Amino acid sequence: MSDLANSAFISKELIAERPAPIKTTGLIGFVRTQLLNSPTNVLLTIASILLLWFTVIPTIRFLLVDAVWQGKDRTACLAENAGHVVGACWPFVQAKFTQFIYGFYPEPERWRVNLTFLLAALLLLPLLIPRLPAKSLNAGLFFIAFPIVAFFLLYGGGIRGFGIAWTEGTLASLANGLVDGGRRLAEATSLPLLSQILYALGTLIGLIGYAAAIVLWPLTFLRSHIQTSGQPVWADFVATTLIVSGVLFFLSGGFRTGWRALIVSLATFACIGLIIAVMGLDRGGLPIVDTRLWGGLLVTLVVSVTGIVTSMPVGIALALGRRSTIPLIRVFSVAFIEFWRGVPLITVLFFATYMLPLFLPGNFTVDGLVRVLIGIALFAGAYNAEVIRGGLQAIPRGQAEAASALGLSYWKTTSLVVMPQALRHVIPGLVNSFIALLKDTSLVSIVALFDLLGQLRASFADPVWSTPTTLFTGFAFTGIMYFVLCFGMSRYSLFVEHRLNAHRRN
Amino acid sequence: MTIEARAPPSQFVAKLRRVLGGQAGWGGFALQILFVAALAWIGYEIVANARANLAAQRIASGFGFLSNTAGFGVSQSLIPYSESDTYTRVFFVGLVNTLVVSVIGIFFATLIGFLIGLGRLSPNWLLARIAGGYVELVRNLPLLFQILFWYLAVLAALPNPRQSISLFGSFFLSNRGFGIPKPVGTVGFEPFAIAIVVAIVGALLLRSYARRQLFQNGRLIKIWPYVLGLLIGLPLLATLVFGKPVTFEYPELKGFNFSGGSRIIPEFVALTLALSTYTAAFIAEIVRAGVQSVHKGQMEAGASLGLTRGNTLRLIVVPQALRVILPPLTNQYLNLTKNSSLAVAIGYPDLFSVFAGTTLSQTGQAIEIIAITMGVYFVISLVTSAIMSFYGWRIGRSMGA
Repeated sequence: MSDLANSAFISKELIAERPAPIKTTGLIGFVRTQLLNSPTNVLLTIASILLLWFTVIPTIRFLLVDAVWQGKDRTACLAENAGHVVGACWPFVQAKFTQFIYGFYPEPERWRVNLTFLLAALLLLPLLIPRLPAKSLNAGLFFIAFPIVAFFLLYGGGIRGFGIAWTEGTLASLANGLVDGGRRLAEATSLPLLSQILYALGTLIGLIGYAAAIVLWPLTFLRSHIQTSGQPVWADFVATTLIVSGVLFFLSGGFRTGWRALIVSLATFACIGLIIAVMGLDRGGLPIVDTRLWGGLLVTLVVSVTGIVTSMPVGIALALGRRSTIPLIRVFSVAFIEFWRGVPLITVLFFATYMLPLFLPGNFTVDGLVRVLIGIALFAGAYNAEVIRGGLQAIPRGQAEAASALGLSYWKTTSLVVMPQALRHVIPGLVNSFIALLKDTSLVSIVALFDLLGQLRASFADPVWSTPTTLFTGFAFTGIMYFVLCFGMSRYSLFVEHRLNAHRRN
Repeated sequence: MTIEARAPPSQFVAKLRRVLGGQAGWGGFALQILFVAALAWIGYEIVANARANLAAQRIASGFGFLSNTAGFGVSQSLIPYSESDTYTRVFFVGLVNTLVVSVIGIFFATLIGFLIGLGRLSPNWLLARIAGGYVELVRNLPLLFQILFWYLAVLAALPNPRQSISLFGSFFLSNRGFGIPKPVGTVGFEPFAIAIVVAIVGALLLRSYARRQLFQNGRLIKIWPYVLGLLIGLPLLATLVFGKPVTFEYPELKGFNFSGGSRIIPEFVALTLALSTYTAAFIAEIVRAGVQSVHKGQMEAGASLGLTRGNTLRLIVVPQALRVILPPLTNQYLNLTKNSSLAVAIGYPDLFSVFAGTTLSQTGQAIEIIAITMGVYFVISLVTSAIMSFYGWRIGRSMGA
């Protein structure tokens, strides 16, 4: 046992200390491992530092150090008056600030824009924070109630009738259209072979139209009575409330289980009534501000938010259509999507501006802004459809099969089982396409709408502010605004992505 | 008691049902009929309204206007064009300009994009951050904003022709554009061109020979010295034998502007700059994703087989990365081509600007012109994606997949 110490395999002396390993943590370690660990890297680091030196430093100097902060007109931003090399001319931005935000929106009415922005922020913020409750109520308010309120706030004007008048108007024009179409079809006798069939078909359609008009008669009767009363809006409102709430009450179970639906419906109508009363919609509402006067950030946000909201249903419908098993609907969806994705947005905007008016009946004019919105909704819808289709394909077949095994119909399977999962999957992709949409709204300045970028270009024409640095200042300010909006959205989508993928992280 | 065998359902009816209505059956068939009826109705309304509106505005419909004289000038045209030419000619001038700006933009965007994308993956912390900052900054600003910035702010701030920035006394950069020497072909030009073509064909043949050797016999042949020699040597030889292929005509300052030489108009410079830097940011992300998608083990496996680092990259990593990169890269090429229509904002005479812009406002033939313009972009999109998917198919095939 004791000859262990004499063993030749055991060292008798202490081994000399090795030098400490090179530091790989802390600032010095970081510089050593990440920046200077090889000759190539040293070169790259030097090149990078030079690059930063020649881009970041001049930018900061321009925006802050050499900038002129106060002044009344261009003279303040000239080098001989400022006494040094002049950077950004911020008084220019101050002078044009209201135009960048509101365009030519009349000054006494600008509180309406501010109020709309405030409402949007108040409704949007809780929607974006996952932890807060009442998401469905919040979403309903933002996506359904807010656009209507915002329309009356921004555009102004009032309403002459409510649900019944509106429903009656739409249905009656549909019935008239049927009668008219039937008549035209019956008169189309230029084709000798088909004329008999066409005549029969036209007569049939015309009869359907007449029948519809007769069925509609109680509604028409009610409407004409409401019109003659002293308060058409309120009479219509009360009648609509009673009818809709009653129908909901009986549909959801009458005296046994219908109370909840009744209360929700009445509360909704009370809110609508409150809005009508507060905004004075029954008395003509706020003074009308024509959309030609809108501009700046207002137009940018209106176009992009409306584009986002309207392109979603279009995208969902097209995505479902593309996966449908019904041949013609699938072919139509594919053609529609591929077509809009294959052409530049600017041609779509030209299409909406110059061609759409030709396609509408002559007595029917559509506002320039609305035309652009239609074009953008179709365009963005096609892009969204592809994103959503990706999400739909990521859902295992078993989900839909399980749902149909439970006896759910196609629509219930889609709306309750497949679509919610698919949309959750593609939130980051959707946010990406929303960012693209927000950036693309700048194109409306080409079709003579003054969005933020259009307003910026217009402001350059002002001789009062023409200095060598005005252009750069304007671009810097607008660029910062666009960047904050887009970058904020992309960070939010990253946050959502991390949240949704929480189970996949290790 | 016996249960009578039920007759099997008619196969013909079932098949008909499936063909006509898909899985939704007869209901789907009815839906289709309704859908077609609605489409037909909308189509009828559109045509009827358009006819009525056009008649009311006294605009002749049809494509007859294409043979009318245009009567306006175009600031850049690569095919001969004068004001007395027809609108058809205008269309082709615009189309060529669009294609030129797209091809050059795609070239630079790919170049910058690959550099930035590899920069983001660089082990150098600072370089990776700078590349990341570039991507974030450029991606989050609207393209039109960037085009206007380059055009209105940067290029307009260049000095006037008299104080232009000169490079070697033959390149001149001023706010009137970029003056470059204009190549003029001489006697030696034809042999020179033939030599280049022969060199390229030879290089391609060598490459295919080397690939066949690699795939069939597993021999790795170093061909690049020969290829380089071929590509440089043959044209050089042609020059030595037949004399200089081209002489250059240098731009000269005369009065307030340059004469002689070629001038690249500032609109083109601004558009190419903006398009390529903008698209490069997206390509950088695609390249990064593609390279990251190749597993580290592939590189290690290549090393363990004794391949050099360059060969591992060239033969193993890059082909796999390309398979991931190509489809989104195609999309970016398409986007760039479509985005070139923003030229209308700064007046570069591309297809959209001269045709849907000037021609439309002169003739008022909105339907025909916008239909043609949309159709052309649509066809360009289809052709580009067909070319790229062919390339993707070839890569897939060469990998034996």
